[in-house]
Amino acid sequence: MTRTAADSYARLRAVRASKIRQFVTPEGVDLELKIASAGLRLGALTIDLMLILAVLIAFTLAMIWIGVSSGSDLSLMIWMLGAFVLRTFWFIGFELGARAATPGKRLMKIRVVARDGGRLTADAVVARNLIRELELFLPLMMVGTGAVEDMVSGWTATAGVLWSLTLSLFLLFNRDRMRMGDLIAGTWVVMAERAKLDADIAGAAVADAIAFSAAELSVYGIFELQELERVLRSREPRAMREVADAIRGKIGRPVAEEDDVFLLSYYRQLKARLERDLLFGKRREDKYASDG
Amino acid sequence: MQPAASSPAPAIDAPGFSTSRFRAEREGDWIAFDKLLTKLEKKGAKGLGSDELLQLPLLYRATLSSLSIARATSLDKAMLDHLEALSMRGYFLVYGVRESRMSRLARFLRYDWPAAVRAVWKETLVIALVMLLGVLTSWSLVAGNPEWYYNFVQEELSGGRDPRASVEFLRSTLGHGGEDGEAQSGLHVFATYLFTHNSRVSIMSFALGFAFAVPTMMLEYYQGISLGAMLAVFAGKGLGVDFGGWLFIHGTTELFAAVLSGAAGLRIGTAVVFPGARTRLQAASDAGRTAGKVMVGVILMLLVAGLLEGFGRQLITGTAMRYGIGTLMLSFWLAYYYIPRREDVA
Repeated sequence: MTRTAADSYARLRAVRASKIRQFVTPEGVDLELKIASAGLRLGALTIDLMLILAVLIAFTLAMIWIGVSSGSDLSLMIWMLGAFVLRTFWFIGFELGARAATPGKRLMKIRVVARDGGRLTADAVVARNLIRELELFLPLMMVGTGAVEDMVSGWTATAGVLWSLTLSLFLLFNRDRMRMGDLIAGTWVVMAERAKLDADIAGAAVADAIAFSAAELSVYGIFELQELERVLRSREPRAMREVADAIRGKIGRPVAEEDDVFLLSYYRQLKARLERDLLFGKRREDKYASDG
Repeated sequence: MQPAASSPAPAIDAPGFSTSRFRAEREGDWIAFDKLLTKLEKKGAKGLGSDELLQLPLLYRATLSSLSIARATSLDKAMLDHLEALSMRGYFLVYGVRESRMSRLARFLRYDWPAAVRAVWKETLVIALVMLLGVLTSWSLVAGNPEWYYNFVQEELSGGRDPRASVEFLRSTLGHGGEDGEAQSGLHVFATYLFTHNSRVSIMSFALGFAFAVPTMMLEYYQGISLGAMLAVFAGKGLGVDFGGWLFIHGTTELFAAVLSGAAGLRIGTAVVFPGARTRLQAASDAGRTAGKVMVGVILMLLVAGLLEGFGRQLITGTAMRYGIGTLMLSFWLAYYYIPRREDVA
């Protein structure tokens, strides 16, 4: 039972590690970029396409209004040029900005990065986004031609769609989640989350700190410590009650104090103990690792 | 090293190094760096004072050093996450922007664009030959039997210009003789449609390049075929020279751009098939960057072609003048791209 739980912890860590790519800055610090998942990429694309559609509809209505009121077909010309610019340069324009992300990517908290660690050049952005034209529309075109022209049989059309889909879904077949366009432009899409600097809960003075013995502190590792930190920061009474009961059961203490006081003291002392071990070169990943 | 079980509490607050103390000492730098980055993202490098610009690399290095120390000593997840996110944001802003947009644009126009086009000269020649082959094929077929025309040219693109049309109608599409204003304004829209259509075809022929360049070649061949078919129709009615002028004024720019987009696609295709000493990934991304520059140029050229087509061709109706402008544009592009310059070392 414990063996399988320990295995699943290890597997969880391996999955997380497989998404991390080494990215060493000139100062010699590894930034450990995390590859954005396919789901986030799809979400960002969907949001962008919906935004483009919304802008296009507003632009079309404005042009129709101008066209009808002025009676010239100049507005039709402007409409065609505007739609072309919108479709071609939406992605390019936003990704050339300082945050290297379209509105959809910003919402999904991801950004484009040059694979070699250099700066993201304009030509790379252009290359990756012009290929997008193909990835998005080739399958549609294949379906379209298959439906319209009778000379291609159903099977040929299906083969065409499948072929173009392997190009469009190329992202799913490599572990770096690169689109065809990323491959050709030499780019990656990585997580760019922003984390707020939360208060230092270990530093806050607790009036009546409970002292725990070394034996009581030796039952948990880093994983459990950070889960405890998450619960403490969320300040949810029910979650805190559950966790406090679990810890009390594990170390065999009666319910004598308020949950938050108990948890905070336990957190502070466990953290101090594990951090001290860290300084001596011992990193105890979770409760299944031996407490050497 | 294990504290006595009876008195653990004083041992916790006592150590000379504690992560809380570390944080209390460094926190100010992180907050200042965060503020500076937010300002930089919103207003760009111009929005920062000279003091702030000097502070930027110092705070960046302080944050990176904090990250290294925190990773080795601290288990505070919220602090680690914040430092990682802040360092990454800082890295891309500090190393990402090295020159202003204007100077980047100037360098692109002066050097990068022609250099990229020069770099694909072999591919350009190949694609030009493929297109020429297309023109010759359809020309000879349509000249022999006009029925072939309907296989080559799409109905929506021809606008009624086919072998059944009368000489007068064909002449009127070339912009000779008295047209009324209605037809004139219709032509503007038609020209805009052609520009967006051509741009899309160019982008496609570039993007299809990575499929080993075969679809690119087919697309360019097909473009040559529709051109040759039109040429044959007009030449058959004795309007060959006039049609040449009508085509030449914007065609030298537009067809040149089409050839370059094909060349960019071909460059990627050949890089994937024959990567040489580099890895296939590396070869593809090198080729992709050159091709990306060429494609920016292609879109600009197509814009110029669209202007020449939309306005130049409607205002200038003399055939000789049209040939003159077309030749001028062609020699301008050739000189811009291929005259060697001093920076040309690589």
